[in-house]
Amino acid sequence: MFAYVVRRVLATIPVMAIVALFVFSLLYIAPGDPAAVIAGDQATPEDVERIRQSLGLDRPYLVRFGSWVFDIMRGDLGVSIFTNLPVVTMIKQRIEPTLSLMIVTLCLAVSIAVPMGVVAAWKVGTWIDRAVMGFAVLGFSVPVFVVGYLLAYIFALELDWLPVQGYTSFSQGFVPWIENLILPAVALGSVYIALIARITRATMLEVLQQDYIRTARAKGAGQTSILFLHALKNAAVPIVTVIGIGIALLIGGAVVTESVFAIPGLGRLTVDAILRRDYPVIQGVVLLFSFVYVLVNLAIDLLYTLFDPRIRY
Amino acid sequence: MNRRDLLKASAVAGAAGALPRFATAQPAQNRVLKMVPQANLTSLDPIWTTANITRNHGHMIFDSLYGLDANFVPQPQMAEGHVLDDGGKTVTITLRPGLKFHDGEPVRAQDAVPSIARWMKRNPFGQKLATVVESLEVVDDRRLRFKLKRPFPLLFKALGQVSNSPAFIMPQRLAETDAFQQVREAIGSGPFKFKADEFNSGSLVVYERFADYVPLSSGTPSLTAGPKIAHFDRVEWNIITDASTAAAALQTGEIDWYEQPPPEIQQLLRRNRGIAIEAIDPLPLTGILRFNHLHAPFNDKKMRQAILPAISQEDFMQAVVGTDASIYRTGVGLFTPGTPLANDAGLAPLMGPRSIDRAKALMREAGYTNQLMRLIGPTDILAPAAMTQVGADLVRRLGFNADIALSDWGTTVTRRASREPVERNGWSMLFTSFSSVDFVDPAAHFPMRANGANAWFGWPTVPRLEELRDAWFEAPDLATEQRLAREMQTVAMDDLPYVPIGSYMSMTAIRRNLTGRVPGLALFWNIRRT
Repeated sequence: MFAYVVRRVLATIPVMAIVALFVFSLLYIAPGDPAAVIAGDQATPEDVERIRQSLGLDRPYLVRFGSWVFDIMRGDLGVSIFTNLPVVTMIKQRIEPTLSLMIVTLCLAVSIAVPMGVVAAWKVGTWIDRAVMGFAVLGFSVPVFVVGYLLAYIFALELDWLPVQGYTSFSQGFVPWIENLILPAVALGSVYIALIARITRATMLEVLQQDYIRTARAKGAGQTSILFLHALKNAAVPIVTVIGIGIALLIGGAVVTESVFAIPGLGRLTVDAILRRDYPVIQGVVLLFSFVYVLVNLAIDLLYTLFDPRIRY
Repeated sequence: MNRRDLLKASAVAGAAGALPRFATAQPAQNRVLKMVPQANLTSLDPIWTTANITRNHGHMIFDSLYGLDANFVPQPQMAEGHVLDDGGKTVTITLRPGLKFHDGEPVRAQDAVPSIARWMKRNPFGQKLATVVESLEVVDDRRLRFKLKRPFPLLFKALGQVSNSPAFIMPQRLAETDAFQQVREAIGSGPFKFKADEFNSGSLVVYERFADYVPLSSGTPSLTAGPKIAHFDRVEWNIITDASTAAAALQTGEIDWYEQPPPEIQQLLRRNRGIAIEAIDPLPLTGILRFNHLHAPFNDKKMRQAILPAISQEDFMQAVVGTDASIYRTGVGLFTPGTPLANDAGLAPLMGPRSIDRAKALMREAGYTNQLMRLIGPTDILAPAAMTQVGADLVRRLGFNADIALSDWGTTVTRRASREPVERNGWSMLFTSFSSVDFVDPAAHFPMRANGANAWFGWPTVPRLEELRDAWFEAPDLATEQRLAREMQTVAMDDLPYVPIGSYMSMTAIRRNLTGRVPGLALFWNIRRT
C-alpha cells in the first residue's frame, strides 16, 4: 500500500511536467500581450515594445520556458506582471474562499444527494422517485449562474436573509463565514447534487437486487439498516468515483459562482489573469488545479480500499 | 430566457422593493465608503500604465503640483505659487509648506524633480514639454526650476493633467524608477493612504484618510483643483465584475456607489428612490472609428471619405447608451462637446440624412474592388463592443468583403498593434472611445496625431495636422487656440485619421445620502454622507 502511494505520488511529477509544458506553450501561442494591456488604450506601439522588453516578453520561447521551470523547481511560481506580487502570495490570498466554497458545496451536495438517491431507489417508480429524478434533470439543465441569480434575488434582495455578495474569512466567525457561502454553495452544488443523486439511485437499484439484500431482509433487518448499511456500502465505489470526478466540476463551476457572488477565490483570479494575460498567475493557478486534481484522484483510489476490501494495491 | 433577460428580471424585482434594505452581514458604517469601481485595480503605478482605474487610484494617493478646475484652467495644488523670469523661459515653482508623504517624510523639490522627469518620459504632453525644457533642477527643498528653450504657455496645464498618467509627485526613491518599470510601493502625499496589507487585486482595495494631509486653505473643490478634504476614514473599492450582483449590492446597501453600471442596469436602478443615476462627468466621452492607414482599402483618402455618408452618429450612440437623447451627443468633431475648442468646422459630411447608397457609389468611385478588410473589436468592454457591432453591420451593408474579428480586449489590443496587411492577420478598422479630458485639447489627443509611424495605432500621416498641433502648443490666447482648433478639424475631417462617431455621458449610480461628489472622475474628496 505504502509503495503504491509513493509510486502514485512520484507519477504526479511527469504529469505535472506535461501540464506545465502544455500550459506554457498554450499561453505562448495564444493571442494577446500583457504589455499592450498594461500600456493602455492610449499607448504608442513604441511604449508597448519598451514594456515588453522590460517584462522580458521579447525573449525566445525556450529561454522563457527554461527560466520558468527553473524557478518552479525552486518553489517560485513567479511574480504577477501587473500587481508585482508573488504568485504564491496571490494564491494564498485566494485559496481560503475557494476551499471554503468547495468544502461547503461538497458537504451540502453529499449530505443531500446520497439520501435522495437512496430514497429514490427504495421508492423506485413512485412519485418520490420521479420527483428526485425531475430535480436531477433540472439540476443538470439549469446553468449555475441562473440558479445563482435566482437565489440572490429571492434570499438576498427579496427576503433580505443573506448577503448578495462577498466573502468573510472563517477567522472572523463561523456565522458570517457561512452566511456568505450558503447561496453560492447551493448554486454550485445544484449540478453536483443532481449528478450524485442519479448515480446513487442507479447503483442502489442494482445493489438492491442482489441476493445478500434478500438475505438481510430474510434475517429481519430493518429497512434503514438494509439501505444504509448493507446496500449503500456496496454501492459506495461508483458513488465515490463520481464525487471525485465532480471535484473537476466544482473547480470549473467555482469560476462562474465566484463571479456571480463576487467571492475573491481562485476561480476569479484565473479569469482575471486570463483576461489581462498575466502569464505567471495563469500558469501558477493551472498548475495548482492540476496538482489538486491528481491528488484527489489518488485519494479516491485509496478510498476504494475502505469500501471494498477486495481492492488491494 | 437569456442571461441579459435574467439580469433585467432580477434587477427589476429588486428595484420594485424601492426602499433600500440593509443586509444582515454588512451594517451601515458612516465613516466607510464602499464603491464598485469601473475595473479591477491591477497596477499601482499611474505613470507605468495609462489604465483609467490606476489613474483613479493615483488621484486617491498622489497629489500634483497643479490641478485643473472644471474649466480645465490650471490652479496651484501642491504648489504655493510660481515665478516667471526671463520672459517666461525660467519658471520657479515653490511647494506649499507642511506637505508630507504617507511614510511621514516631507515632500521636497528633490522628490518633485525626478517625479516630473519620469512623467515626461511617458506622458505625451510631458514628452512635448521635454522638447522645450533645457533643464529642470532643485533650487532648495521647497523650490524647483524649469529653464526652457522658449516660453511654454501650457506648462501648468501639462503639470495639472488629470488623465493619462498625470504628473503625480512621488518620493524620490520611487520617482527614480525607470519610467518603463513599475514602482514597488504606493506611497504618495494625497488625501488617502493605500492599505497595502489589505490589497487583494480582483477583490478589495482599501484606502485610509491621511491624517497629515494639508488641503488648500481656500478655494472650491473643482475637478482636481481646490481643497481636497476627505470626509471618510476609509474607502473600499469592492471589485464586483458581475453587473447584476453589483446592482443588487447597491440596492441592499452593501455598497454605496457603483461607478459604471451598464445601460440596462441603469434603467432599473432609476426605479429605486434611494439611488441617483447621474453623469459622473458633466462632459461626454467620444467614440471613434479608426482606420488603418498603412494598407488597402483605407490607405486611400477617397475610400475613407466614401463611407462618411453612411455613418450615423446617432446609431452608434444609441447602441452604447440607449435611446435617451439627453445622454448622448451627435454632430461631434475632434474635441469634447461643451469645451472651448469644440467646433463644427468640416462636419458637414457627418450631418443630414444618411445614405448607404451614396456611400456605395463613392466606394465605387474610389475604386473599391472587393479587397478584404478586417474589423477588429472587443466583446468584453461595453462601449467599444457596442460600437463595433454597429460598425460590423455598417460594413456588411456597405458591401465590404469584411472579416469581422471579435475577441476579448486583451486580444484586440494586441492585434491592433500589428502593422501587417490584412492578408497577414493585420486589420483595417476598429472602434474605441476616449474620455472627455483626452479630447479637450490636442495635448493628450492621441487619435488626432498624424505623425505616421509614431502615431497612435492606425498610423496616419497628415503633416499639416501635425503643424497645426505644434502651433497650438505655442498659442498665446484662447482665440488663437480656437482658430487653430477649427483648422485642425477641417484638415482632419478631410484626411480622416479617424471618424468621430458621437459622444456619450458615462453614468454612475450612487446612493442619495452621499452628497458633495466632485464631478469629473470617481474622486473621493469632498463627498460625504448626510
